[in-house]
Amino acid sequence: MRTMSYREALRVAMLEEMRRDPSVVVFCEDGRFWTMPTNGFVDEFGPDRVPVMPISEEGFTGAAIGAAMTGLRPIVDYTIANLMYVAWDQIVNHAAKNRYLFGGQASVPIVFRAAMKYANATAAQHSDRPYPQLMNVPGLKIVVPSTPADALGLLKSAIRDDDPVVFFEPLRLWGVKGEVPDGDHLVPIGRAAVAREGEDVTVVAIGDAVPAALRAAAGLAERGVGLEVIDPRTLVPLDKAAILASVAKTGRLVIADPAHRTCGAAAEIAAIVAEEGFAFLRAPIVRVVAPDVHPPFSPALERLMYPTPERIAAAAAALVRGAAPAADPAPPATAATDTAARDTTKELVGG
Amino acid sequence: MNRERDLEALRRMLRIRRFEEAAMDIVRKGQGIAGSVHVCIGQEAAVVGSCLALRADDYMVGYHRSHGHPIAKGAALGPLMAELMGRRTGVCHGKGGSMHLADFSVGSLGETAIVGAGIPQAVGAAYSARVRGTDQVALAFFGDGAANIGSFHEGLNLAAAWGLGAVFVCENNLYAMSTALADTMASESVAARAAAYRMPGVIVDGQDVDAVYDVVSAAVERGRAGGGPTLVEARTYRYRDHAEYGNMDLSHRPAEEVEHWRSRDPVELLHARLLADGISETELAALAETVAEEVRAAVRFAKQSPQPAPEELFEDLWATPIETTPAMPAPPMPSPPGPVPVAAVPAGGAR
Repeated sequence: MRTMSYREALRVAMLEEMRRDPSVVVFCEDGRFWTMPTNGFVDEFGPDRVPVMPISEEGFTGAAIGAAMTGLRPIVDYTIANLMYVAWDQIVNHAAKNRYLFGGQASVPIVFRAAMKYANATAAQHSDRPYPQLMNVPGLKIVVPSTPADALGLLKSAIRDDDPVVFFEPLRLWGVKGEVPDGDHLVPIGRAAVAREGEDVTVVAIGDAVPAALRAAAGLAERGVGLEVIDPRTLVPLDKAAILASVAKTGRLVIADPAHRTCGAAAEIAAIVAEEGFAFLRAPIVRVVAPDVHPPFSPALERLMYPTPERIAAAAAALVRGAAPAADPAPPATAATDTAARDTTKELVGG
Repeated sequence: MNRERDLEALRRMLRIRRFEEAAMDIVRKGQGIAGSVHVCIGQEAAVVGSCLALRADDYMVGYHRSHGHPIAKGAALGPLMAELMGRRTGVCHGKGGSMHLADFSVGSLGETAIVGAGIPQAVGAAYSARVRGTDQVALAFFGDGAANIGSFHEGLNLAAAWGLGAVFVCENNLYAMSTALADTMASESVAARAAAYRMPGVIVDGQDVDAVYDVVSAAVERGRAGGGPTLVEARTYRYRDHAEYGNMDLSHRPAEEVEHWRSRDPVELLHARLLADGISETELAALAETVAEEVRAAVRFAKQSPQPAPEELFEDLWATPIETTPAMPAPPMPSPPGPVPVAAVPAGGAR
């Protein structure tokens, strides 16, 4: 075992794969500088494999697609997930579709890396969690690792995958350290992890909602309530069987996700469980997610946005108590009820 | 002029014209080409002159008006026509259709229905050649309308900044759909924009296949030798409306303009040149008949080809099979619905 931060795991994954495979290249604005995980790569791999990148997201994403269809495996680092929007046409209309449009004549093996800077006081244009938008686009695999070991193993798998993979990194986790297996550590895409076993409530948690759910579980364990925390790790393909197996055991489901409520990953997971695991459920499904409002700049407001251990614990505890309906106290969409909900949240987070 | 090359040029230009006339005929008679069809009749010299300047292993990227481009690069006609008809034998298995022809076996990297989006992809193919240590060149075709979209500018800048072997061929047919270029672009020419990216910008008579060949050959040689990209503006004319709507309306074009360009038909110009060079009418008629039979055979092949089967709906989406935890026993609920009932979707011939 090695101990390393999430950020270091990203760096090690790219280093190992670039050493293993000369077709792996990396596109990153300012990637030779600063705190970028690719800082220093140009010295080892040269300027062709680590080219200087203009601020041209659409252009270099298109170039990555052309390169991928002709034998390379580009890693495209947007550094901030919102910057992907500038390249949306290339990602959605081309990277995701070219293989299908061309009848399988070419694959598009690209890893799109996107650090999500939310909860960092960078306001709405730097704070999105765009994976639900891309879950709606067939042809893209979507990964959201929550631990250094998974960041390493999934990034290596993503680089080796012949399909485009969008790799979302909660920036809050970049500094978190954890143990990482030695050797060529690969985590398969499409396999969920049971982050903690429990008997009473399944919490499917995404990204940095995983550590929040684990803290909630530790807190509730003292009160005799067992949370089973499932980290899907991959949203496309989604490990439905692992989620259904857990719900079959607990009969209760909370889904914790820092993305918006409407049409989010949590909504999709809830729909799958309602369709395929309805008979297992002993209580309504609860989503602990971000409300449908932009991340505000003010930290005093932004702290109301994302799943916290308190919110997750409150939702799970209410399910076990049989409190109905066991609604998440996050602000609902309507202004009329917004104030009341915020007060509830305040109470729960102690603010 | 080079007699042998010109005969090959005539063969390919006739292939394009007869192929597109056949496609228009099928559209008109409702015999099985659905959706939009954009023909390049009138622009064949620009297309063929450019492709003849490329090596078989060089790359070429087309756009929405690109039946002619893979033909010029040497693609077989049958699978192209079958693709227009949405048949399983289509070059893209019926997944792409008229706007997304691709034949990777001849270096045709596919076409996009998003104006300009193929330009950075060609840049990426040129970049890929550099990283892989080959001397392949990548050529991007696009229309004058694409010269006003961001991907054109980002693509040219990337290619110039990186010094890549890319050739940009603008088929300036004076109209973006129905809108005149003069009304949407303040600069005197598309080629003039090359100066901003510090690359040569050349205007060439797009009706003269030899002139196009010479200019593009120089650009290809320059790119292959590491001299960087070139922008070529081929002045040409589209005889047909933007797409085969069924009611062609070119009333927005001045009659004298149409007459001028019609008097300089690229096929007729080349035909006359070959006659003047001593090739007999008989020989040219034989060549024309050979091409006509090739196109008739392509139409027969397409019409006799089967429609795709329902199970082909999902084929070609993923390169790597999606892996998940083995499915658990089904819960005691109705099983989820199967694939979309394709039988309910109108067959490719419906219109």
